[in-house]
Parts: sequence; structure tokens; C-alpha cells
Amino acid sequence: MTLGKLSWAAIPFDQPIVMGTLAVVGLGVASILTLVTYKGWWAYLWREWMTSVDHKRIGVMYVILALVMLLRGFADAIMMRTQLAMAAGGAQGYLPPEHYDQIFSAHGTIMIFFVAMPFVVGLMNFAVPLQLGVRDVAFPVLNNVSFWLTAAGVLLVNLSLFVGEFARTGWLAYPPLSEIAYSPGVGVDYYLWSLQISGLGTLLSGINLTTTILKMRAPGMGYSRMPVFCWTALASNLLIVAAFPILTATFAMLLLDRYCGFHFFTNEAGGNPMMYINLIWIWGHPEVYILILPAFGVFSEVVATFSGKPLFGYRSMVMATMAICVLSFMVWLHHFFTMGAGANVNAFFGVMTMIIAVPTGVKVFNWLFTLYGGRIRFTTPLYWALGFMVTFLIGGMTGVLMALPPADFVLHNSLFLIAHFHNTAIGGVVFGVLAGYTYWFPKAFGFTLNERLGKMIFWCWFIGFYLAFMPLYALGLMGATRRMQHYSDMSWRPWMLVALCGAVFIFAGIALTVAQLIVSIRQRDRHRDRTGDPWTGRTLEWSTTSPPPPWNFGRLPRVQTTDAHWASKQGAATLASESNELTSVHLPCNSPTGVFLGFFAVVLGFAMIWHIYWLAACASLGALAVGLIHAWRPEKEIEIAPEEILAHEARAVRGVA
Amino acid sequence: MSAADLTADGGHETPLSEQGPAPKQVVVGYGFWLFLLSDIVIFSALFAAYAVLSDATANGPAGVRLFDRQRVFIETVCLLASSVTCGFGSLAVQKRNLTHAYVWLIATLALGASFLKLELSEFGAMMAMGAGPSRSAFLSAFYTLVGTHGLHVTAGMAWLIVMLTQLRTLGFQPMVRRRLFCFGLFWHALDIVWIGVFTIVYLGAH
Repeated sequence: MTLGKLSWAAIPFDQPIVMGTLAVVGLGVASILTLVTYKGWWAYLWREWMTSVDHKRIGVMYVILALVMLLRGFADAIMMRTQLAMAAGGAQGYLPPEHYDQIFSAHGTIMIFFVAMPFVVGLMNFAVPLQLGVRDVAFPVLNNVSFWLTAAGVLLVNLSLFVGEFARTGWLAYPPLSEIAYSPGVGVDYYLWSLQISGLGTLLSGINLTTTILKMRAPGMGYSRMPVFCWTALASNLLIVAAFPILTATFAMLLLDRYCGFHFFTNEAGGNPMMYINLIWIWGHPEVYILILPAFGVFSEVVATFSGKPLFGYRSMVMATMAICVLSFMVWLHHFFTMGAGANVNAFFGVMTMIIAVPTGVKVFNWLFTLYGGRIRFTTPLYWALGFMVTFLIGGMTGVLMALPPADFVLHNSLFLIAHFHNTAIGGVVFGVLAGYTYWFPKAFGFTLNERLGKMIFWCWFIGFYLAFMPLYALGLMGATRRMQHYSDMSWRPWMLVALCGAVFIFAGIALTVAQLIVSIRQRDRHRDRTGDPWTGRTLEWSTTSPPPPWNFGRLPRVQTTDAHWASKQGAATLASESNELTSVHLPCNSPTGVFLGFFAVVLGFAMIWHIYWLAACASLGALAVGLIHAWRPEKEIEIAPEEILAHEARAVRGVA
Repeated sequence: MSAADLTADGGHETPLSEQGPAPKQVVVGYGFWLFLLSDIVIFSALFAAYAVLSDATANGPAGVRLFDRQRVFIETVCLLASSVTCGFGSLAVQKRNLTHAYVWLIATLALGASFLKLELSEFGAMMAMGAGPSRSAFLSAFYTLVGTHGLHVTAGMAWLIVMLTQLRTLGFQPMVRRRLFCFGLFWHALDIVWIGVFTIVYLGAH
């Protein structure tokens, strides 16, 4: 069989929704490619972006990837909400169960792995080296490879929409349902291969950023002078290094079950499906904190900056962050209290879950006390921060409620749970990354985003969130379960209609985000940031130009306090010293390695999904060849002469940088 | 920053955390250590799976009937000896003695290959007895844990062949020395994992 399981039957010609999407996406992609070719932008894109090893460019690419995938994930969300607004009583709605099952699985998978993760990783990539006062991450080429592996996973997951199918197993693919006996199609394989490939990218990025934070800080920046965002990034990346390998191992075991007839999680021959659930949540719970901790970091920066005050309780903030980092590995079992581990085990994990809420509470008080008595400027990032504090508090409290095993026995797998984790995921992570996006946008591109539209986006998301998810708390208490495609209790219907209205509000927020980008680019001359410090910031990223030069800092700053940039503006400490004279800077060259590895990863994943083993072998050999060529590359660096750095700084002073 | 630079700073010692970006050798070694830790986390997941499933023999053969401890002992000796030769290889690289480096690294390669050959013969013999990975959950976990270690040894050997070629074509460039340093870390880490395998899987067989 040269093409394995692949045939024309893999393309769902009979499904108008999928074919319509294919037409729209196909037209969109084709027109973008035509435009790029027509305008002759390929060389520029290749040179300045695709092969770039500059952490700022890679960070921006991650964020773009996340925003594009947000559209896909949201399309799934609004389809589910519309279905549930329709499919009550005698009506069946427009999505048959087998399609609906794929949609909720894809929605969860995409939102966590391909929206939240790349957004958070992108912000960390962009901001961490700037805040640390250094020129790049520890391993710039590896950084580019990580991005392309993530992009490869994204491509595979989107391919599943048009060629074959996606998993119908929910976003964590619990066995035995995800085993070959019950999911014989390619859906689970799409899920597994796309996440294995992007997970590898995430792991490499975690190693890279951890090394950067621990080994590459500006002179004088001891641990107690690091910006809080860097601390949260450190905690998050430590968790990536410790948790993602478990995901890789767990998925590898499921792959062996599916492809080679092993019996890790099967019903037969001694397999143990409950082991999968334990293993996946030993990764899964730290993952929650991998996403939320950097968001906490963004809020810490935003609240301090726009209150015009140093962050209240810096040390307690750091302690709370690291406490969460450790405790996050001790609560995983609260995801399956009902599995029957016994009262004592459940009690232990219930208590641990309540304990982990304590450091989070410390953080909330620190933010409140930072605001207290501050000179508050109500900018868009601060709107997000305030909206977060209210919303996340509710989400946190419903979480503590479910930490009680007896309560969880009632609420498990209900819409109450769905409301709870969206409460923290949207109110925490989404608000956080959108705050970070607005906050660092001027640093990345040299002009601020339109504030009026920014506030409108905030209100759309804020109101939309409450309309969409508060009804789900009520529905959960009324007995509505998650992942249901149809219900017969008509008294649920009004709540479902309100939830749909909420989704429409959020849609308006997303549409306005696109509009804001277009409007802001057109008005860029009006909102140009000529100082490099548009928000009167406190940390080192605001001490260089906007956008920063490829070398970030002509001279590495000498740090003497926390909030080093603020201190230097106040004349309390200087960033440069006499001995710190200007020398030439060496930067790593661009590298096509990541693009090629990403390409072979897509081919390998696709070939394995469809059992085209000769192609998989070719792709592996191709990847190996890329690795060998990379191993023999000349160790060349670009040298930036002091004159060029001075010229850039002079242009910046004249305001034309 | 060397010790001399520190004392030149007017006797005022800058704490390590405030000395600025570390030299490349340190950064690379540190990053590779983190990678090794993540790799060990993969093994810990596989160890956990093995521990959970080691009694799930599904009326098939149990470990104590399958494992040939004498062969495993020779395997272990090969692997531990390869760590010694790898260590001597690292010393030769530090002293930039090309001949010694070749000798010790090729010895490492040979010992790694013998280990792998013994492991494959063990797998072959077990499969001939009808004890393949699909026989029971216990055997699935066994083959995956031991096989993943074996795959790491294979990857290490491929890496070593690349490094021998790089020594030949590029000599003792800083880049080559950094990679050989990382290779040494990797190879020793595989020993540590094997000690876990030997203890838990083979000595713990029942």
C-alpha cells in the first residue's frame, strides 16, 4: 500500500460545513500567497522572519500564530454554542453527534496547545531577554526550531479538518475510548502526532528560556532584582521542563498501543486506562500554571507601571510564584476525584488544592496594595488587569469549591466545571496575554495600539465572558453535563440562549482586535513611540528604542536595583558605568534549519497518521540530513561595529529610528 | 569571568548571580543538563508505568522466568565500562590529544555496540518464547522502558560517530569540544538510567 490508509474517501465531500470552510480557508490562504508573491515579499519574509534567530521576531511570530488559531478555536466555540441554543427538546440542531464530538475535542486542543501556549511562549520570548538586559536567548537557533515545530503541529491539526477527521475523544483523549478498538480512525492519530511534534518544540523552548533566565542576565541583575515577569517566566519554563516530558512519554505509550498492539491502557491483557488519566494530569495540572503564571507576571508589570509605584511585596510575589511552581505538581488527582482512589487520597489532594489557592490570594492582595495610593492611569492594559482581578477571583473561588471531593462528586463533568475553567482560562490567561499584547506592542513595532478600540475590545470580552459562562454555572447545578450535543429539558434553553449572546459579544471583541490592528497600523504616525518608553515603564525593556535594534542594547546595562529603568530615570542609579564602554557586538546568523525541520516534521507526522511508512522513513532521513548539515555549519557571526550602534542611537535621539 | 578578574575588582567580590551573562561553554553545558533532566523525567514516567504494570502479566510469563541475569550482568559491565572509557576520552579531549581521544571514544563505541547486541539478543530470545510486547501489559511496559534506554544508547552511538567525524574534519574547535562535553554528560546519564533499570526491572523481577 503506497499511500497507507489515505484515499479520496478521506476528504469529507459530503459535509457542506467542512467543504464551505475549506473553500473559505483555501481562498484566504491562496490570496495571501498570491499577494506575497505578487509584491515580491518572499525574500523579505524568508530573510527577516522565517529564518530569523532574533528572539523578538520569533516572539512576534508565536503571537501571530496564536491569534490566527484563536479564530479557529473560536469558530469551534460559537458552533457549539449555536448547536446548544438550537438542539433542545424535539430539535436536533445542525451538528450530528460525531461531528459535534470532533468540534469540542478540537476546540479544547487548539485553545490550550495552539492559542494559549504560543501566545504565552511568544510574550516570554519577546520580553524576557529585553527585561534581563541581554541581547538574545541562550540558544537562538534552537529558538527558531522550537517555533517551527509548534507551527508544524498547528498545520497538522488544521489539516485534520479537511483530510480525514479529528479525535472524538475530548481534548485529553482518555483511553480506552482513544484506543484503536474504539477509535479506529485517524482522528486520535492527528491529535497525538500534532501534539508530540509541537510538544517537543515547547520543551526545547522551555529549556532555552530557563537557561536564559538562570545564566544570561545583565551585569548586576541578581535574582532579587529580576522583574517579576521574568520570575513567573522562570517558574513557567521550569514547569515546562519538568512536565512536558511526561506528556511525551504518555502519548508515546498510547501511540504504541495504537500502532504496535501494546497494552498500556487497553481493557485487555492487563492494560490500565486509569494510569493514563493519572499520567496525563501529572502533566496537565502543571500545564495550567505554565499558562497562568506568565499572565500573573504580565499583570504585575502592568499594575506597577500604571500605578506609578513599585510592585507591593516583591519578595512575597516571588515566593508565591515559586510556591505555586512546586505545589502545582501535588494537586493533579483533583481532576478525577470520582475515579475511586479512596477517601484518604481524595482528602489529601483536596487539601493540597485548597493550599495552592493561598499563594494566589497573596498575589491578588499584592496587586491591590500596589494600586492603593498609586497614580493610576486607566490604559487598556490596566483595564485587562482590573477585569482579571474580579473575574479570576470568582474562577478561583469556584475552583476551591470543587476542591471539596464531596462537592466534586456532584459537579464533576458538569457544565459547572466548564464554567470554572473558562473562568480562569479566559479571565486569567486570555486577559493576561491580551494585556501583554497591548503593553508590549509599542516596544515591538514602535507605535501604540488604538486605545479607544482597545477599551472596546476589553468590554466586549468582559461582558461576553460573563454572559457566556455565568449561565453555565447555573446549568451545571441544574444537572447539565459537558460534551452533550442535545438536551430534552426545555428549562435549560433560556440559559443556553444567554450563553450564545455572550459568545457573540466575544466574537465582536475578536473582530475588533483585527480592526484595532488595521486602524493602528494606518494611524501609526500619530501614535509613534519616539522615546522607547511610551508607558513610563519601570523595567529594562523600556530603556532601549522601540523597536529595539537587533542587538537590543548597545552596552549591556549595569543593574543596581529592582525596576532598574525607573531608578535610572529618577537619578537614583545609572545604567551605564565608565568601565562599560562601547565595543562591537556579535550576533548569530540567520538559520534555515528550523524551517526545514518543521517541514520534515509535518511530512513525518502526516505519513505516520496515514500509515505511509516509506514517506515517514524519507522524512526522518531528511530531518537527519538537516541536522548533520547544521552540525557542520561554519560558526559565523555578524559583527556590528560600534559606529553602527552609535548611528542607531543618534537616529533614535533625533526621533527617526 | 575568571577568579583573577574578580580580585581585580578592588577586592570587592561580585556575587556569581550579578556577574552578567555566563560564558558560552557554561551556557551550553547548563542547557544540556536541563535537557538531560527532562529526558530523565521521560524515563521516570516509563518507570512509573512499569511499576504499575509489572504484575499485569495476563497469565503470561513473569519476569523471573524470562530474564537471563547472567546476560544482563555482562550487559551492565559493558555499559559501565563504556562510561569509564568515555571519561578517559573526555580527559584526552581536554588535553587535546587526538590519538588518545580516538582510542577511548572508539572503545566507548565498541562497548556500547556490545551492550546493544546483548540487549537485542535478549529481546529476540524473549520474542521467540512468545513473550513479545503485545503479550501482556507487563511486557509492553518492559519493552518500552528497556527499549527506550536502548534507543538512547543507539542515538548516543550515532552521535558519537558524528563527533568522531567532526574531530577528524574540524579538529578541536570550541564547538566540537562543547559537543563532546555534552556527549559525555549524555552517556553518563544513560548509565544512571541503566542502574535504575538493572535494579528495578532485573533484580526486582518476581
